[in-house]
Amino acid sequence: MTDLSTKVIDGDQRSIARLITLVENNAADAVETMKKIHPHTGNAQVIGITGVMGSGKSTLIFEIALAYRAEGKKVGIIAIDPTSPFSGGALLGDRIRMTELSTDDGVFIRSMGTRGMMGGLTSALYDVVEILDAAGMQIILIETVGVGQDEVDIVKIADTTLVVLVPGLGDSVQTIKAGLMEIADIFVVNKADKPGVEQTIAELESMLDLVRSLDRRIPIVATSAKNKKGIKLLSSKITEHQEYLKKSNTFETRRRQRYEAELVEIIRKRLMDFIFDEKKLKTTVDCCIDQISKKELDPYSAADQILGKILK
Amino acid sequence: MDKKETLKQIHQKHLEWEQQRYSKIIQETPERKQKFKNLSEMEIKNIYTPEDIKDLQYLKDIGFPGDFPFLRGVHPNLYRGRLWTMRQFAGFGSAEETNKRYHYLLGHGETGLSVAFDYPTLYGYDTDHPLARGEFGKCGVAISSLVDMELLFHGIPLDKITTSMTINGPAAIIWAMYIANAENQGISKTKIGGTIQNDILKEYIAQKSYIFPPEPSMRLIVDTFEYGFKHVPKWNTISISGYHIREAGSTAVQELAFTLGDGIEYVKAAMARGLLIDDFAPRLSFFFNAHNDFFEEIAKYRAARRIWAKEMKALGAKKQRSLWMRFHTQTAGCSLTAQQPEMNIVRVTMQALAAVLGGTQSLHTNSMDEALALPSEKAVRIALRTQQIIAEESGVTSTVDPLGGSYYVEWLTDKMEEEAYKYFDKVQRLGGVIPAIEKGFFQREIADSAYRYQKETDENQRIIVGVNRYTLDEKPSIPILKMAEKGEERQIHRLQKLRKDRDASKVQRHLQHLRKAASGDENLMPYILDCIHSYATLGETCDVLREVFGEYTEQAIY
Amino acid sequence: MKKIRVLVAKPGLDGHDRGAKIVARALRDAGMEVVYTGLHQTAQQIVNTAIQEDVDVVGLSLLSGAHMTLFIDVAMLLKEKQMDEVLIVGGGIIPEEDVPALRKAGIAMVFGPGTPVEEIVSYIKKNVKQ
Repeated sequence: MTDLSTKVIDGDQRSIARLITLVENNAADAVETMKKIHPHTGNAQVIGITGVMGSGKSTLIFEIALAYRAEGKKVGIIAIDPTSPFSGGALLGDRIRMTELSTDDGVFIRSMGTRGMMGGLTSALYDVVEILDAAGMQIILIETVGVGQDEVDIVKIADTTLVVLVPGLGDSVQTIKAGLMEIADIFVVNKADKPGVEQTIAELESMLDLVRSLDRRIPIVATSAKNKKGIKLLSSKITEHQEYLKKSNTFETRRRQRYEAELVEIIRKRLMDFIFDEKKLKTTVDCCIDQISKKELDPYSAADQILGKILK
Repeated sequence: MDKKETLKQIHQKHLEWEQQRYSKIIQETPERKQKFKNLSEMEIKNIYTPEDIKDLQYLKDIGFPGDFPFLRGVHPNLYRGRLWTMRQFAGFGSAEETNKRYHYLLGHGETGLSVAFDYPTLYGYDTDHPLARGEFGKCGVAISSLVDMELLFHGIPLDKITTSMTINGPAAIIWAMYIANAENQGISKTKIGGTIQNDILKEYIAQKSYIFPPEPSMRLIVDTFEYGFKHVPKWNTISISGYHIREAGSTAVQELAFTLGDGIEYVKAAMARGLLIDDFAPRLSFFFNAHNDFFEEIAKYRAARRIWAKEMKALGAKKQRSLWMRFHTQTAGCSLTAQQPEMNIVRVTMQALAAVLGGTQSLHTNSMDEALALPSEKAVRIALRTQQIIAEESGVTSTVDPLGGSYYVEWLTDKMEEEAYKYFDKVQRLGGVIPAIEKGFFQREIADSAYRYQKETDENQRIIVGVNRYTLDEKPSIPILKMAEKGEERQIHRLQKLRKDRDASKVQRHLQHLRKAASGDENLMPYILDCIHSYATLGETCDVLREVFGEYTEQAIY
Repeated sequence: MKKIRVLVAKPGLDGHDRGAKIVARALRDAGMEVVYTGLHQTAQQIVNTAIQEDVDVVGLSLLSGAHMTLFIDVAMLLKEKQMDEVLIVGGGIIPEEDVPALRKAGIAMVFGPGTPVEEIVSYIKKNVKQ
């Protein structure tokens, strides 16, 4: 019986999907398999695509994936949608725009809910990227939610981050969150067939003029995904960015940052699982919270107590 | 009598009545519901009085039938002159089977034909296309070429009967087949009458049988307006529809607002091409739903007439006919239950009555078994008889707009108009109908209304007889329509024979001309007609347009 | 944390998606992760999606009368790909007399018109193989 890690490395779609489910559910069984596949990772180029709702991200990703497929590359797509904080459920509908790719053997698409992880970005995402990487995907496209903290988090995991805007969505460039503007490696102005394109590009350019000088001017690419325009140019800019990273040694630094973030996330998860485990420290935690509510204890001392039990 | 004085007296007496008599009653026996709402979430009061319509002026706001703003109707004598057209939507299996059903219906007194096409046809695919797998003839008749059209209308005098065809994406092509068939029978284009639904905007919003993206689709539609006005003058080249929007789950107000909004969009598109409004506007027609809340539906139709007249006048229409909102109605399919299906006869009767009291020009009544399958002969006969009984036995046709002047109905008509205009403003702020579609505005409104309706039903806030109250454990035992087994096979053979027998080079030539014209901005109808006359199939013709125009995919809106 | 993952699919050309969308929303409100395919799916597309998304349930919605062909296509393909643990359910305009054949092919339950959404939610929660 071939074990799961071997099947994943072979690229068996069923096994890839299974392993993703295991890491999403935080299953202990996944750990051994993840250890085994790690040596096979590090080859994929990870591209994060983020931006405001209605900017046509899904269609854009579909077109980018097609372009890479035309080059013979294997593509993994992770489409993230928000998990409802009330019900814990999620409506994952990004695949609608990618129907044709469902039957392409060289493409693996997975929809994920944010599952309410603090800070937004689903903690299993690091694992999923590693899984798709090990399974042979040369390009991994990650589409994020478009609201909240998530987009800024995407920098930790992606080699290249695309920020997608649309002309005339009512927001001028100035009103878009500062954080969002800073994480872009490439700006994409999608739906460029609509009026207001030149103005949006001009606003972006003048904003870039004011930004702290980098050794690289962030490119702005106009696309019209539904008309298949601008995709080739975008792909070339992504490749340029990749080369820039390698040449300027930023690539290694970024990868290092990613592994650091991943490690921190794994440790954090384990720590939280331990602390909130019924059989471990949960009773102590609940007790502390009761005391804090009754003003018998302050949160800092409570933390001392709890951490004291671990960091002996 | 001093009117103001009377109103003050009424108001006084009303307060008295409310405080002394009404409140007493409801204290003893609380009312059946906390709030009585209609299907557009409007709260309905216990009573309506002259106070509720105190600002209404008869001549200015209500008027006479046949006079602006046409609130009471577009014809001065409506059903006293001529009854509405009884037009039952029908179609299944192959053209031969449906032709039989048409003769049956005509034999039993229906006065107009209405064609339902199967899914492959609706999407512009021939019966032997891979995506047509399993779909042949299931929800309508399969028409893949002019040959099928000939069989469909065999023995039916196209110069004496009008035909409505529910077709949207490939409407221009199916219309071309109808025209070609008539011409082959020796009947001039100028003599044939009917309607093609041809309303693509509501496809993106609700019915989803689109093929091409919005821009080229609008181009095709304006092409049909132009061609119709010049060459097929008795034809209604569009049926601007709210029926499907309602079926997808919208409220009555949304149905009203979104439909008329679409209508204005078509008018603007035609005017942008340079067509004169008074040339094409008289041939615009509408299609509404007749749902459960009796008075709400009647108010809806009346409000629609008044809004359309006002808006068309504002756009510069001068001819009276350009201001008329003429409509076909179908009773609500989504209100039919699979449980105790005979009850649907009662539902349909009430809904049909509402449509008649609203002044509909033509009417389709659903059959009782349609929550289970396509209608059997007996079921469709009962549906037809329903209309005939209303027409002959109920007396409601003796006078025009019998509910005019009702405090409730006039108040509700005004309210619906008011709410509709709120939606017009919203859509305007979003940049217009097509930008709003792209932003998912209509789709979201509809999905929300649909979800709310479901919740209210599941929570028993809304009672549906037989489903969540007065239920019965027995399974329905009514005969279900069975279609001819060999129909699909026969159709495929017919297609294969057609492709062999026709002049292939002629077909290719005409398709090539169409391809070229589609990339330009000529009117495509003559090119399409040439293709059809040379027996190009539906699929082949649509494929050429798919090549040039591309295909549309929707976004995910829940 | 384990979540029930459901694929809500519209096979064939049927464009009526009111029910499918309502069910998708209700399942989300019940805490499930729902992947919605959109319209015009082939059996191949539905099954590939089911595999990649590792769903526990495949829900098929159809109101055009083509269920005997298309539902069974999907069920057979799922079987072929050894997705035996997936719970297959269907809904739409499906006459009672067709249900036995569908069940035989592997569609565990058919929800006809008038079914309260809670019934669908409970059925899935009770019968999903986890």
